[in-house]
Amino acid sequence: MKSFIYNKALGGKSGTIGLAVLAVILLLVFPLAMDNFRLNLVGKYLSLAFVAIGLVLCWGYGGILSLGQGMFWGLGGYCLAAFLKLEAARNIAAEAGSDQINALTTVGLPDFMDWNQITELPWFWYPFKSLPLTLILVFLVPTVLAYIIGTAMFKRRVSGVYFAIITQALCWTMELLFVTRQGWTGGINGITDLRTLLGWDIQDPGNQRILYFVTSLLLLGCVVLGRLILGSKLGKLLVAMRDTEGRVRFSGYDVANFKTFIFCVAAAMSALGGAMYVLNVGFMSPKLVTIEPSIYMVIFCAVGGRMSLLGAVYGTLAVSFGRTYFSESFPDLWLFLMGGVFILVTMVFPLGLAGMVDRLTGLVASKASAATDAPGLETPVSEPVSPPPA
Amino acid sequence: MSLPTDFALAVENLTVSFDGFKAVDSVSLYVDPGELRVVIGPNGAGKTTLLDLICGKTRPSGGSIQFKNQELVGMAEQKIVRSGVGRKFQTPSVYPKLSVFENLEVSVPKGRGVWGALFFSCNQEVRQRILEIARDIFLEDELETEAELLSHGQKQWLEIGMLLIADPELILLDEPVAGMSVNERGQTAELLKRIAKGRSVVVIEHDMNFVRQIADRVTVMHQGKVLAEGSMDKVESDPKVIEVYLGH
Amino acid sequence: MHTTLAFLSIFEGYTGEEVRSIFVMQSFSGLSLFAVFLLMALGLAIIFGQMKVINMAHGEFLTIGAYTTVFMSDLVEKSVPSALPWYFPVAVVAAFFVAGAVGFVVEVGMIRFLYKRPLDTLLATFGLSMILQQVFRLIFGAREDSAVMPDWLMGSWALTEITEIPINGMFLLGTAIGVTGLVYLLMYRSRWGLRVRATVQNREMAGAVGINTKMTDRWTFALGCGIAGVAGAVFTTIGSVSPSAGQLYIVDTFLVVVFGGAGSLIGTIASAFAIAQSQSILEFFLDGVLAKVFILLTIVGILMIRPQGLVVSKIRR
Repeated sequence: MKSFIYNKALGGKSGTIGLAVLAVILLLVFPLAMDNFRLNLVGKYLSLAFVAIGLVLCWGYGGILSLGQGMFWGLGGYCLAAFLKLEAARNIAAEAGSDQINALTTVGLPDFMDWNQITELPWFWYPFKSLPLTLILVFLVPTVLAYIIGTAMFKRRVSGVYFAIITQALCWTMELLFVTRQGWTGGINGITDLRTLLGWDIQDPGNQRILYFVTSLLLLGCVVLGRLILGSKLGKLLVAMRDTEGRVRFSGYDVANFKTFIFCVAAAMSALGGAMYVLNVGFMSPKLVTIEPSIYMVIFCAVGGRMSLLGAVYGTLAVSFGRTYFSESFPDLWLFLMGGVFILVTMVFPLGLAGMVDRLTGLVASKASAATDAPGLETPVSEPVSPPPA
Repeated sequence: MSLPTDFALAVENLTVSFDGFKAVDSVSLYVDPGELRVVIGPNGAGKTTLLDLICGKTRPSGGSIQFKNQELVGMAEQKIVRSGVGRKFQTPSVYPKLSVFENLEVSVPKGRGVWGALFFSCNQEVRQRILEIARDIFLEDELETEAELLSHGQKQWLEIGMLLIADPELILLDEPVAGMSVNERGQTAELLKRIAKGRSVVVIEHDMNFVRQIADRVTVMHQGKVLAEGSMDKVESDPKVIEVYLGH
Repeated sequence: MHTTLAFLSIFEGYTGEEVRSIFVMQSFSGLSLFAVFLLMALGLAIIFGQMKVINMAHGEFLTIGAYTTVFMSDLVEKSVPSALPWYFPVAVVAAFFVAGAVGFVVEVGMIRFLYKRPLDTLLATFGLSMILQQVFRLIFGAREDSAVMPDWLMGSWALTEITEIPINGMFLLGTAIGVTGLVYLLMYRSRWGLRVRATVQNREMAGAVGINTKMTDRWTFALGCGIAGVAGAVFTTIGSVSPSAGQLYIVDTFLVVVFGGAGSLIGTIASAFAIAQSQSILEFFLDGVLAKVFILLTIVGILMIRPQGLVVSKIRR
């Protein structure tokens, strides 16, 4: 059992070191080196890394490129935001006192509904009155959506570029709906002014620090979960399917089920990220859910290395920090820089940061000792070095 | 429709057309349990299409395929495989980024569902079986090699091994010795004879020496139809077959 | 809720003649949309459909065409105002060549390294699209620009008392049909088109019979970009241009190509027509967004049933 955890969940020696380094950076270095504002910013970035990890699983290993991950991230976020908004609305009503309530306000109704002449809470908002139900829905809604999309597409053998474009269209559809159904979703502004979670102030600097740690731990948890999946036979089947789908089918597997599964896992991870984002920043907006952010999420994953779960986290941090820094310091040039980085990474470093690190450590290792330990049957999952043939 | 038979595989009146072109034209073929049948014929005779039809890769326009008296036409590919049919493709189709061991592990017929695969454990029994198969296919020294690094012939063997590990009752092999050295061909002939024990094998092959070495019976196809059938000697002396191979 | 009910009673309150005139005018505005879609999609059908390059910067080539037109309009207005009524056709041709030239350079510098990795072209061209947009912003500013339109292009033609057809729309349509015809001739009736199709279908074989496949790729990509440039030039007759104008159409354009069946000219035309018409007619009765959502979901639904698009050839695979 002990070796199982060591080999599969942590990824053997190199995997354990990698994970430990990331844990130290996230849980020690950043909190010590940064003020509350910066740390909150990192928390915000890390909420996006959940999507990138999901993309490593479904794109890097499974070969399924989704350009609509923002959909799942957003749905997760919106679900939690709905709960927080109802709580905020109740608080406002309580503070105002019964006699002072404005004639226009319906007690306990989110302000944007009021502005849109909605006087009664829509039925699908009811579950968000309960935190346990909300937490279930945070995962359930995006995962069920992914399941429906996945089943419909993969059973029909829609794949590759076609799948990418269809998910993009679906993502756009969702944004359009969320923007225009203002009374139900807060429209273009989204759901804003979220302050408390069961009375616990999420805007308080100290509490934001706690949220940062929760986000980091959940993220590390997702990395371990991803490792477990990749280390199982299912993980190998994903790689097999990505490269030689026909053979897998003729080994008696229903390929569509496996693709749907990994797509759902990626969706669920994204949803968790969306929910953590809402807690870290206190709002949710359709602008974060649309096509461009979804492509950015793919780019986080590509820059970090599409075959590396840890790389996805570093990629997200690097691109997000870069974007913030350059857009503040060089407003005219930062798009050139970002665009240039994407082109460079795709053309020269298709395995991203992780690929570069692998190459460097590989060089060092091969110089230090030429093949010290030949891999035995116990070899843990090592992350393949060459890119998938797309 | 058809009565139960003793055949392992009974193909009847099988037809498929692509845009009006009949690639396989009312073919009937009966394979006994334990028989090693070789299908030969010039290029474009419809041999590969025939295998595609049997394993469900292509849907026929008419006819029936009975495997152990079970109708295969209309079944999903993975269901056909699970009922006991294994297929090797013309260009060896293995998983390039997985090791030989992993290639075989992934082909183990356990944990074929999503959850089964997730919680599949490669225990001692499974490992033993993989080693056994690896020995059979002459790859016991290459277990940790990534499959893309194998030679063409070794890839062919690996794919055969991936079928064997599922222990199918009917094996369909499309040109198993293409790209192999004379030595390797000899080894493969022995391998095929060994694996044919207790199951039926249908082989497509061009190499006549190889065919003579292994075949119980031979079916000659030409332009989508069965031209002749019987022992190698009988087929070789059939004037129609000579016409097809030497004529024009 | 309100809109769904409206869908059931859409004709209430209109007289028969009004409904007819609405249909004629809406389908004509649909035809303008069709023309833009078709022009955009033609280029992408070549680049994506034939070469399998997912060019996320395709919209920016439209913008290049549009800015070329704006630039020429400014130039003519300042230096030779008398030529103003007639500069436009020249601008269309110039847009073709400018966009095509940029496309050529992009192929040489970037695309040719990525042919074997179609999904990666998506990321790289997304980076390119960011860079191009910023270039436009630095050169032309962030605000919207528009070209001066010759008088003969503006105005409209009264079909009946209440039905008016805008002339710029007809010009748009005419250009789209003309360009489609040229593309057809080039791709299916010329030696060069034969080379392109041969290269796409079997690169090794095409190379073996002496086709310079690299140069063929290069010119094909440039052609696709050039056509997007024409789309941009013609686009200025119905709208103004801003640095991110291309983004408005890119998703639609991909859907048109995918829906039509990549690699099929007829499919592309049919799908551009179907999408533009249904959008424009639905838009009048539903609100614009619901019409869009309805159409997107319909396309996705149809693609599930026919994953290869509307027009596919049945081959043994």
